[in-house]
Amino acid sequence: MSGGLGVPKLSEVSVGDQIGSTTIHLTRADLVRYADASGDQNPIHQSDEVARSVGLPGVIAHGMLTMGAAVRVVVDWCGDPGAIVDYGTRFTGQVPVDAETGADLEVSAVVGAVDAEAGTVRVDVSATCGGSRVLGRARAVVRLPA
Amino acid sequence: MPNPADQIGRTWPPGDTYEVTRAAIAAFAEATGATHPAYVDVDAARELGYADVVAPPTFLVGFAQSSDARFVDDPASGVDFSRVVHGEQRFTHHRPAVAGDRLVAALTVESVRRMAGNDLVTTRNDITTVDGEPVCTSTSMLVVRGE
Repeated sequence: MSGGLGVPKLSEVSVGDQIGSTTIHLTRADLVRYADASGDQNPIHQSDEVARSVGLPGVIAHGMLTMGAAVRVVVDWCGDPGAIVDYGTRFTGQVPVDAETGADLEVSAVVGAVDAEAGTVRVDVSATCGGSRVLGRARAVVRLPA
Repeated sequence: MPNPADQIGRTWPPGDTYEVTRAAIAAFAEATGATHPAYVDVDAARELGYADVVAPPTFLVGFAQSSDARFVDDPASGVDFSRVVHGEQRFTHHRPAVAGDRLVAALTVESVRRMAGNDLVTTRNDITTVDGEPVCTSTSMLVVRGE
């Protein structure tokens, strides 16, 4: 954890540093809000009936909502959303969102590489739901002050 | 049946202009649980050196997907959208998008691979300002599930 000590400097960061972790609770209302904000109105994220008709267990979260929510750990650490120069992931698992109980995403992030020449660090983000990994090779490249 | 693999290398020039607004950034930040003040507070954004409130790292997905629709919705693409799931996504930010930006996207079908009966279609959107300043390269891999 950064421990609230301000913006991390490149020289102070080492591979393996844990930069933060959080639990993100998602409800069906969150999925509707994300659909409206992102324009992704695919009904598999809002209707159990439609989701089941295509072989899903029920409504699942948008992969992009998981990706977008998980990066908060990185932004909170580096203190500047614009310092994230690259962010990519594979969508490897579903996040079923129960109508009553919602879903919990467990997110954590660790420094995976430091590139002193480029002035960047690679942060490896982990996101799981019910013990299953839902993002694969989720990586953010962050520019840090020297 | 049209085959997605026949579309490799197809390009679309910069299309409709998309204006980034403070309201859209604030709504997207709220919807992704993002709390950084630079998403909603112009002064906080300016303190970090930006001209206006900053878009979250995945904000441009909606614009990229609307550009992708030029390909996906074309019957010649061979893509049945009801069978599409999002496989991978990557954003390379040349600079953060900020409120007031007027953006356009040029679309390229980068690759199509067939794997385990599915078509893996990778598209790239080169997002620039209307004046041609690079802002973001968004790469999406769509999995078109086989019948």
